[in-house]
Amino acid sequence: MTAPAFAPGERVTVRHANPPGHVRTPFYIRGKTGEVERVCDEFGNPEELAFGRRDSASVRLYRVRFPLPEVWSDYSGNGSDTIDVELYEHWLEPTEETAV
Amino acid sequence: MSEPGRGVHDIGGLGGDALDRSEHEHEFWEKRVDALMMLLVGKYEILTVDELRRGIEQLGEGAYEELAYYDRWIASIAANLLEKGVLTSEEIGRKLEEIDERPPVAS
Amino acid sequence: MSEASHTHDHDHAPPTDEAGPLSYYQRLELAVRELLIEKGVLTADEVRAGIEDMDGRSPERGALVVARAWSDPDFKERLLADGPAACAELGIDVSPARLAVVENTDDVHNVIVCTLCSCYPRPLLGLPPSWYKSSSYRARAVREPRAVLGEFGTVIPEDVAIRVHDSTAELRYMVLPQRPPGTEELDSDALAELVTRDSMIGVTTALAPTAERHA
Repeated sequence: MTAPAFAPGERVTVRHANPPGHVRTPFYIRGKTGEVERVCDEFGNPEELAFGRRDSASVRLYRVRFPLPEVWSDYSGNGSDTIDVELYEHWLEPTEETAV
Repeated sequence: MSEPGRGVHDIGGLGGDALDRSEHEHEFWEKRVDALMMLLVGKYEILTVDELRRGIEQLGEGAYEELAYYDRWIASIAANLLEKGVLTSEEIGRKLEEIDERPPVAS
Repeated sequence: MSEASHTHDHDHAPPTDEAGPLSYYQRLELAVRELLIEKGVLTADEVRAGIEDMDGRSPERGALVVARAWSDPDFKERLLADGPAACAELGIDVSPARLAVVENTDDVHNVIVCTLCSCYPRPLLGLPPSWYKSSSYRARAVREPRAVLGEFGTVIPEDVAIRVHDSTAELRYMVLPQRPPGTEELDSDALAELVTRDSMIGVTTALAPTAERHA
């Protein structure tokens, strides 16, 4: 077990990568910033399991919450509507907060 | 129309028509496909769920959109079993020929 | 299973099987399954048992869990904290799913989708309905959830936040709908009658006590 890199409440940004293969990070959430809602367990890495490699290193999973108006610039619902997405640690980076 | 790096299955946010909310009972053969998959993944650990998914995602854009749900599943199961050498194309081909020669199921 | 006496490994086409010419993929299913059985990879009885398990899972299970949570606040707390353990208390085994129960409140309405495939809380709700697996639901639920809910006749007030859950990885979500008003006198069985499959996906709310189940 490896200690989680991120804690609940921490702001994280999803990497904007579009690799080939089988990944479970939806296209629409790549590059978006949200907040860790929950730190989950470590699990087999789907990107390796997709090729039958069952014994590859497991990876930490998080549930990250994103405000829908930040995911979709034209979002028409309530401003506090959100989406939770489960994301693996290697897809997340600490958010660099830019000074206003 | 698809963007590089975006899988054909990765459709969140793309928009679409109004939902078709009609309910369908699952057909018996669809349940068999589902049960086969659960056995191959769970009890026998011959396939992983992610291999099934990868196989479905790699059916290609036309196939992904045109095939029915369990058509995609059995196509992916078969492709994965071929890849692993559990079954061969010749075996499946000969079995399909044999099935074609069986009398049709009576209605 | 009920067919213990059925020991030979030949899988007869059951009377419920589809009649007429089989599609290519139906024939492929026959071919793959029969070859796996002939090679001793798995048995016909295991496939039958798998289908029986599948048929044993239906939204009635989820409704039982919800009704219990409505009538027992301590159970509800345990259910929200550890879904699999709480379901085990009711004799419901949700493994291997990592169940996460998400609660609707006066401020939050939850709805579940799987944009990448069709992940669904099968141990509690059974197989997903066609619309849940449709490209339209998967593509729209994360972008215009209020419009999608509207197609189910569900209007969530503007001051209630929608919380969409995209089941992208290991967790399987079930919505704990709000207990409808006017149900204080109802017992667990009557409460469970109000809990529809769709209310546990989050596209509707639970039925009002007087409504017909299929209204």
